[in-house]
Amino acid sequence: MIRMSRVIISAINLTKYFPVQRGFLERLISRKLEYIRAVDGVDLEIKEEETFALVGETGCGKTTTGRLLVRLLEPTGGDIFFRGIRITHIKGEELRKLRRHLQIIFQDPYASLNPRMKIGDAIGHPLEIHDIAKGREKRQIVLEMLEKVGLTPAERYYELYPHQLSGGERQRVVISRAMILKPDFIVADEPISMIDVSLRAKILELMVDLKKEFHVTYLFITHDLATAKYISDRIAVMYLGKIVELATTDELFSNPLHPYVKALISAIPRPGPKAERERLLLRGEIPSPINPPSGCRLHPRCPFKIRICSKEEPKLLEKERGHYVACHLY
Amino acid sequence: MKCLLNINELKVYYFTRRGVVRAVDGVSLNISRGEVLGLVGESGSGKSTLGISLLGLVPPPGRVVGGSIIFDGIELTKLSADEFAKIRGRRISMIFQDPMTSLNPLMKIGDHLMETIMIHENIPKNEARERSIKALEEVGIPPERFNDYPHQFSGGMRQRVMIALAILLNPDLIIADEPTTALDVIVQAQIIDLLNNLRKQYNMSILLISHDIGVVSEIADKIAVMYAGHLVEMADVDVIFKDPLHPYTSALLRAVPLIESKYEKLYYIPGSPPDLVNPPKGCRFHPRCPHATDICRTREPRTVSIEDHIVKCWMYCDTYE
Ligand SMILES: Nc1ncnc2c1ncn2[C@@H]1O[C@H](COP(=O)(O)OP(=O)(O)OP(=O)(O)O)[C@@H](O)[C@H]1O
Ligand SMILES: Nc1ncnc2c1ncn2[C@@H]1O[C@H](COP(=O)(O)OP(=O)(O)OP(=O)(O)O)[C@@H](O)[C@H]1O
Ligand SMILES: [Mg+2]
Ligand SMILES: [Mg+2]
Repeated sequence: MIRMSRVIISAINLTKYFPVQRGFLERLISRKLEYIRAVDGVDLEIKEEETFALVGETGCGKTTTGRLLVRLLEPTGGDIFFRGIRITHIKGEELRKLRRHLQIIFQDPYASLNPRMKIGDAIGHPLEIHDIAKGREKRQIVLEMLEKVGLTPAERYYELYPHQLSGGERQRVVISRAMILKPDFIVADEPISMIDVSLRAKILELMVDLKKEFHVTYLFITHDLATAKYISDRIAVMYLGKIVELATTDELFSNPLHPYVKALISAIPRPGPKAERERLLLRGEIPSPINPPSGCRLHPRCPFKIRICSKEEPKLLEKERGHYVACHLY
Repeated sequence: MKCLLNINELKVYYFTRRGVVRAVDGVSLNISRGEVLGLVGESGSGKSTLGISLLGLVPPPGRVVGGSIIFDGIELTKLSADEFAKIRGRRISMIFQDPMTSLNPLMKIGDHLMETIMIHENIPKNEARERSIKALEEVGIPPERFNDYPHQFSGGMRQRVMIALAILLNPDLIIADEPTTALDVIVQAQIIDLLNNLRKQYNMSILLISHDIGVVSEIADKIAVMYAGHLVEMADVDVIFKDPLHPYTSALLRAVPLIESKYEKLYYIPGSPPDLVNPPKGCRFHPRCPHATDICRTREPRTVSIEDHIVKCWMYCDTYE
């Protein structure tokens, strides 16, 4: 299938550094300001109507990247483009208009809903903010949305408060609220990780259905490779603020190149007989993003490291068509 | 293999203001020496309650109300608090999901380990120290970290400390309740490997509780599936994956995104988990079961065993009796 794939959102050399918060005494002793390099030079292009997964271990910068792309965080450096237009620093009314097109779904459906707002009103709120509909018209749009996400009878759910819903139902509310403006691009930040296993598939399928209906593009953030494999068209793997490999989902799983990605894939639990399979285990855990290792950030844990790895930072290069990797071995 | 633990018709209820929560409602199972039994099921199905009942730690308003737990010939449900304290840690120990809740933040981890030994065994301090250092080495923590406090360790390292504590007194049975749920995949794999090596080395039995059937299958010999306080199926791990009998087990396998899943499309279990105060009549799974018939709605199925495969479902009651 050949599809015209235009780029919807892209980032060039995107960085976000957070100053390290220190105690008063420490600040007196050391004047030097230190930074957490949460996102440290990320390049990526997400195509219209694809589902692009961002995976990696905790603290590698996935959420920060997602928030930067929808302009919820001010980048430290680099650029962001939405349909070719630079949106890195837009503000005020322009940013407000842009928000309609870019939405985010947070991990925790408990924390992201106002406990005192009826769910119907919560879902309809963005319609009012953006002067799209109010009153009866708003109610009608919300009811249709409730139907679509399976919160039926919609009339009844409209009147409920968040605490009256289960975790899975709450996440449907959060998804509805993100979808109600028919945005073009949605960052879904671990949308199923707080939901019971038996209900996860239902939420994933709902997201797939809504995507088809609304022609939306997803950036799907997850630390679970099996979920990424199921839902995404392409995957980028992050390690300590950088993308280390990027490829189509099939290609990444059948032909992983980066040692970190190989280790991630071999660490996935596989059901079935305990055939003693060969595992590529990395030593230790992710180092601090405050003073990341020199050269390639994986080198202290990498079983394949060569001389150059500790000295020079590898660039993310296209190794095969559409398959990018940042590793000196290639 | 010799049977180490025999649980028979165990019932553990919580007597809450809302009503009686039948968290574990007539569960029977065995664990042999050196065997790893994986216990899986949805949130609220009673896995943790079953686990802590083996340590006499069910908190009020919960209580063991029926059945028996025979551990190496000892009836645990009849033990006094003092008698239980002698078994806990020494012969049965536990690893929790969140190590921070079970480590004293003000205590150096080395002291923690030493104290644990000295509570149970009358040995000199330097011997306790040696054994503590050895236990840390065994889980991959270098001796120079002996005097560090828990907050100085990463999540994965803390879980290693917990494992060191759990194996310290060379117990026969370890109950591991979601030991890797809070960890990243790579660290999770390291911890699972560690548990696997330790159990081979010491021939320990492990009850591994997890909502993640993928993780469990990594080291379990057998898998037990709980649904709403009932044990609905139990069999060898390969059998569970190849040939699940209970509709809930099949549904669970299809609903979890597994990397080498044989199913193209994800499937989900319709409906939601039942309320354990008012569980459905008959088979507790019937409102969500695609095969439910009249009898399922009215009468609770018996548990039948087909060789080593145990299942609690009406579909198998007639055929195999
Ligand atoms: N507002 C902030 N202030 C300071 N540091 C931050 C802030 N937000 C994130 N960080 C730090 O930036 C790094 C990347 O965090 P981020 O939340 O993007 O990671 P993540 O990949 O989403 O991790 P997780 O899987 O745990 O959600 C971490 O070290 C984190 O502690
Ligand atoms: N201390 C308590 N008081 C009252 N009810 C309780 C208590 N602890 C657990 N329960 C109830 O008992 C049932 C079983 O809980 P349990 O924690 O054993 O389930 P679980 O299978 O371990 O779930 P999870 O996967 O969420 O850990 C649930 O309905 C729970 O609400
Ligand atoms: Mg995050
Ligand atoms: Mg539990």
